[in-house]
Amino acid sequence: MTVPTAVRDAVRIYKESVAILTVSLAGGLFAGSFIGTEGMTETFASYPGLLLLLPAFLATRGNVYGALGARISTGLHQGLIEPRFGRDARLINAVAASFVNGITVSVFIGAMSWLILRALGRDSAALGELVGVTLVAGLLTSFVMIAGLLGLVFAGYKRGIDPDNLVGPIVTTLGDMFGVVFLYAGVVVVEVIG
Amino acid sequence: MTPTGSLGDWSVRGIVGTMMPILVALSVLEMGSGYVLHELERTFLDRPTLLVLVPVMIAMGGNLGSVLSSRLSTRLHLGTLEFSPRDTTILTNVVATLALAATVFAALGVTAYGLTLIPVVSIGGGMTLRETFTVSFVSGMALAVVAVVLSVSATYVSYRMGLDPDDTTIPVVTNLCDILGVVILAVVASLTL
Repeated sequence: MTVPTAVRDAVRIYKESVAILTVSLAGGLFAGSFIGTEGMTETFASYPGLLLLLPAFLATRGNVYGALGARISTGLHQGLIEPRFGRDARLINAVAASFVNGITVSVFIGAMSWLILRALGRDSAALGELVGVTLVAGLLTSFVMIAGLLGLVFAGYKRGIDPDNLVGPIVTTLGDMFGVVFLYAGVVVVEVIG
Repeated sequence: MTPTGSLGDWSVRGIVGTMMPILVALSVLEMGSGYVLHELERTFLDRPTLLVLVPVMIAMGGNLGSVLSSRLSTRLHLGTLEFSPRDTTILTNVVATLALAATVFAALGVTAYGLTLIPVVSIGGGMTLRETFTVSFVSGMALAVVAVVLSVSATYVSYRMGLDPDDTTIPVVTNLCDILGVVILAVVASLTL
């Protein structure tokens, strides 16, 4: 390959990816400005353990629903599932499994955050508070992620867009945005109940 | 992440059984970057602008790494990729990835600072434009270099060991970059502020 061709290729690759990365940047900035608000920094200060679990909580959204998206995408390509919400056994199983995974791992993260701070002899919020927050946040993100992911993937697929190219950006963007908002919602619920 | 072992298995038990150990292991690793945030809590809570950068630093390393890994993996499958100094495919992809990172992290620095100026958003701020831009750009480019090194070496390892990079490289690179993003941000922030 000659130098001009290599440069042209690099420009093409850049153009192909810059739009998707900009969408992800916008989602991340929304999440970031939510985390940076005064209400949220005060919440982090008054619930020790919440900042500790934040990266794991956000990253698991990507892993759980990225896997669901990859599975749905493969299922659509193989003709195993139809691009609509229905009583299809495979679709229901895939959604139920991602729900179980999402909730279990959320609760695990809340408990682990408490355990780590306890083991290090640091201040921490109560176990019930941290697990309560991640449980509520995990439940709410599951509903939004499952509905949003399936809705957008089905709509895209019907319009001839390869779901493989949609899943990654959808999961990152929705996961970041709703992940932080619902963590805050979790804190509000725990404060009201507690 | 592709649910490899259970691709033909659509039972709830099968999917959960395959994924749960991976999810648990990954979230334990992720607690590492959470620990860095927690240890530097005062640095971050006193400068909320740094917190604005956190989700993008978590997501973008994985994004850049997965775009590069998928491209290298596809070239490898097509037989158009060779691990030799004369092959320009890797170099072309690496240059494009670094240019994408430069664009995204320059935009992140400027926009994150801009957001702290909007009263309605009520972000405490605590950093100048110059500081925000420097921290975002330097840590972003460092993360991009890490993502490039990880993607290329992981693809090379999959290639030498005869593993399909789609099943190995991409999940590994994405998750490592997720974890290292916050760590790099924290290191750069402590060095420059």
